[in-house]
Amino acid sequence: MHYFWVPFLPMLGIIVPLLTNKLSRSACTLATALLPALALGLILLDLPAIFAGESFSKSVDWIPQLGLSLSFRLDGLAALFSILILGIGLLVILYARYYLSEKDHMGRFYCYLIMFMTAMLGIVMSNNMLQLWLYWELTSISSFLLIGFWSHNSDARKGARMALTITGAGGLALLAGIILLGQVVGSYELDVVLNSAELVKQSPYYIAILSLFLIGAFTKSAQFPFHFWLPHAMAAPTPVSAYLHSATMVKAGIFLLARFYPVLAGTEMWFVVVSLTGLLTLLLGAYTALFKHDLKGLLAYSTISHLGLIVLLLGLNTELAAIAAIFHIMNHAVFKASLFMAAGIIDHESGSRDMRKLNGLWKYMPITATLAMVASASMAGVPLLNGFLSKEMFFTETLEQSILGAMSWLIPVLATIAGAFSVAYSLRFIHDVFFNGEPKGLTKTPHEPPRYMRVPVEILVTICLLVGIFPNYTIGPLLESTSLAVLNHALPEYSLAIWHGFNLPLLMSALAIVGGVAIYLNRKHLFKFAGMFPDIDAKLVFEGCIQACVTWAQKITIKLENGSLQRYAFCLCFFALLLIAPPLFDLDTTRGSMPGTPINGAVMVAAILIIAGSLATLIWSHYRLIALLMLSLVGLVVSITFAYFSAPDLALTQLSVEIVTVILLLLALYFFPQQTPTSKSRPSHFVRDLTIASLIGCIIGSICFALMTHPLDSISAFFLANAKAGGGGTNVVNVILVDFRGFDTFGEITVLGIAALGIHKVIARMRLSMRTKDYDGRLWAKEKYPVLLLVVSQSLLPLFLLISAYIFMRGHNLPGGGFIAGLITSIALIQQYLAHGVDWMAKRVSISYHYMIAIGLAIAGFTGLGSWFVERPFLTSWFEYVSLPWIGKFELASALMFDLGVYFTVIGATLLILASLGKLTTKERLTVGER
Amino acid sequence: MELVYAVCVGFMSACGIFLMLRGHTFTLVIGLTLLSYAVNLFLFASGGLTIGAPAVLNSSENYADPLPQALVLTAIVIGFAMTAFAVILAMRGRADLGSDHVDGIEPFDPLSEEKS
Repeated sequence: MHYFWVPFLPMLGIIVPLLTNKLSRSACTLATALLPALALGLILLDLPAIFAGESFSKSVDWIPQLGLSLSFRLDGLAALFSILILGIGLLVILYARYYLSEKDHMGRFYCYLIMFMTAMLGIVMSNNMLQLWLYWELTSISSFLLIGFWSHNSDARKGARMALTITGAGGLALLAGIILLGQVVGSYELDVVLNSAELVKQSPYYIAILSLFLIGAFTKSAQFPFHFWLPHAMAAPTPVSAYLHSATMVKAGIFLLARFYPVLAGTEMWFVVVSLTGLLTLLLGAYTALFKHDLKGLLAYSTISHLGLIVLLLGLNTELAAIAAIFHIMNHAVFKASLFMAAGIIDHESGSRDMRKLNGLWKYMPITATLAMVASASMAGVPLLNGFLSKEMFFTETLEQSILGAMSWLIPVLATIAGAFSVAYSLRFIHDVFFNGEPKGLTKTPHEPPRYMRVPVEILVTICLLVGIFPNYTIGPLLESTSLAVLNHALPEYSLAIWHGFNLPLLMSALAIVGGVAIYLNRKHLFKFAGMFPDIDAKLVFEGCIQACVTWAQKITIKLENGSLQRYAFCLCFFALLLIAPPLFDLDTTRGSMPGTPINGAVMVAAILIIAGSLATLIWSHYRLIALLMLSLVGLVVSITFAYFSAPDLALTQLSVEIVTVILLLLALYFFPQQTPTSKSRPSHFVRDLTIASLIGCIIGSICFALMTHPLDSISAFFLANAKAGGGGTNVVNVILVDFRGFDTFGEITVLGIAALGIHKVIARMRLSMRTKDYDGRLWAKEKYPVLLLVVSQSLLPLFLLISAYIFMRGHNLPGGGFIAGLITSIALIQQYLAHGVDWMAKRVSISYHYMIAIGLAIAGFTGLGSWFVERPFLTSWFEYVSLPWIGKFELASALMFDLGVYFTVIGATLLILASLGKLTTKERLTVGER
Repeated sequence: MELVYAVCVGFMSACGIFLMLRGHTFTLVIGLTLLSYAVNLFLFASGGLTIGAPAVLNSSENYADPLPQALVLTAIVIGFAMTAFAVILAMRGRADLGSDHVDGIEPFDPLSEEKS
């Protein structure tokens, strides 16, 4: 089948106008029309099969897990819309060739137009709901670009923004509806969804799904109360209005209702909401259209009214009404597109769209006038034209319903009134523009348009006549196959005849025409009446609403984000509490089934020290030095705890990190006030923070206790079993670090290096205040460096280095390794800094610590890369036992090289941090000393 | 023993979080350090408490869980980098803003206003 390529041809065509823009206008037009014409040809090739009642679908999986696939279908409904989209699209391309002036960028216009065409084709041919939605949003975006094409015009910009906001918001509602529907059905493929009507209607989500779909459809098809964007979208160039606002964009909502008719229609809610919305829109549009002085404004409201009519028909819940709705979709597209084009010609050739100025144009453009008059007559529902046929069907169906119970007779009456108004505004369009005296105040003398600008109108008007006179031969098969697709089962009997005999619908038509003429004749009184109401500009109201939303949002934002980091930290803790607490309530008891370990004195002492230390840190937190000392006490006990509970590696690491941290914080404290001001904390904040901290503490403690006492299935057995065999080491912790989880470790030392470099950069341009005295008013000590330390430090250095080398070498088999050895070496070097100062060290340590980080990372990285040479994944380890005379058998492992990288990175990072900070203090003190 | 351990972890976390919610940067860094101790102990405890059985093969009959230990070992080192970064950032904040309050300025205080 050819149809699968149809959506892709225009997609390809989007760039054609941009490429051919440099050529002549006609060449650009021809090139642009080529691919859509080809697509139309493909559709027509498949048409016989469609008429035979077949439907096709084909899908290519994209992300099947999410229900996303590239999936297209062609059935009667898709075929009808594709023909409308491509056919009218081609006519609009031709029309725009003459409409656009030399100043307009024609390539860009065509580009947007074809993009829109692609999107519309995508909507009508999609067989996947998510894909349909994607195209749906694409129509909103491309229509935004088209409506705002004359972007120098403020009305065009505002109209475009309004259309985008309304249809875009509707699109989001539709997405929610689609996802709900997809969840209920279990598939996003239309084939499946359309055959799950019972499932959907019985689902508790039916009301939500229907409401969301209706919001999507009503916003797109300009139904009350979302209708106001359509008149403002008339700021678009007229070819856009002829295309988007007659046949395509606004019909997308109707298409949606028709497409999902088998699934969503047939319930009470559908019946009431859809039909009443349609009725209201029908009346409102027809009434308002009469009072519009702008030609396109009249047509816009008339479009709203006719869309309302179609929606009302779809809402009537009878099969014949649905068929009538489809028939009117076609007819309205044809006559409204031709009317918009005629309005565009009038505007183009006379320089105005104001019906108070345009009078008596019959003399100047008789052919255009004739065409417009035939199309208007079709809009009014005059016999022998296509509009008459579907309007007659509409009247018939309004007589068949019983929406309002005993008051149901109101519907046909209101329909007739709306019909009368539509006759009246059609009459106004004809009489005011083409007759009614002479033109007033036009800037140029009206004349007939270029020959080919009229061709699209001629074609469309001919269709109006042909369908109106020979409905069965022209439109019959397409209507039948489309109705089949919408109803999803065998069609009821219906007749397309022009003459059904004298009956009630015919009487209604006659009444509407007579009433319409009467309304038009008495229009002066009506205009006076309508003039008494204040003129509400929807644009202002809309902008006002948007402004109000923005102000409101800003107020909330300011309220939430008051700029206080303290407040944010509190919120973070508060919401963390809300999230972690609830699961604990589901746990029966905190204590699990595991037997506890008996308590002993040593543990009690450690616990008391930890609690006392933490409490002391808290209480004396204002005296910063004391708090720091208490903190280091806690840290020491923590490292002892690690040692006690069989984690020697952790104990060693914690101990060395503890030393480095305390030195760092002491250095930092030099630049901070020694005490925190006490009176600054508000009592309410104090209570608030204490509460939240205690609650989180309780929760963490409970989780910790529950975790330790509940049995746990760990994957650690694997590491214990494979450490020796797979990693060649007996210290399992180290083997995990450098071998099993080597890639993690590689990431971690990278982070360490980045943090150190970041700190270096933050320090680099810091300007700190200098103090000549300490906070108690004493001068700094005269001795720069403690004598005792000066004496021992140099002799201690080799010992330190020896120990770290030993710790490093044995790390694979006994507690130790790169991290710990690196930290020990760092401490040894920091000690030298403490004893001798930065300048002394700078003379002796020639390597920059930046490079050391880089070297460390490079060693680790290249060790990992090495495994590629033996065609293994990154960081695969290798080890071998080697025997050397005198030394004996020892192990050579690639993990050792990796650990060396860790070693260097740790040294580089730690010393870069501390030396950078230390340099700062030394500089300060030197300047102090000089003074 | 598990109970005592859990109480210690909970108490340290509470103190750490309370200090972190204070308004001055140095106190915050102290709180952060205290909290990271607590978190390390917490993570370590997820393997259970084992006495006298380090995860060194052939050294005893049963072994402590090595996985949390490996996790905590790197956590300690990264925790140091984080503390260092935080404290240096605090210094920079004080240098650039002239205040060591987290919000950059001391908040308005009605009490001190009355005193003066």
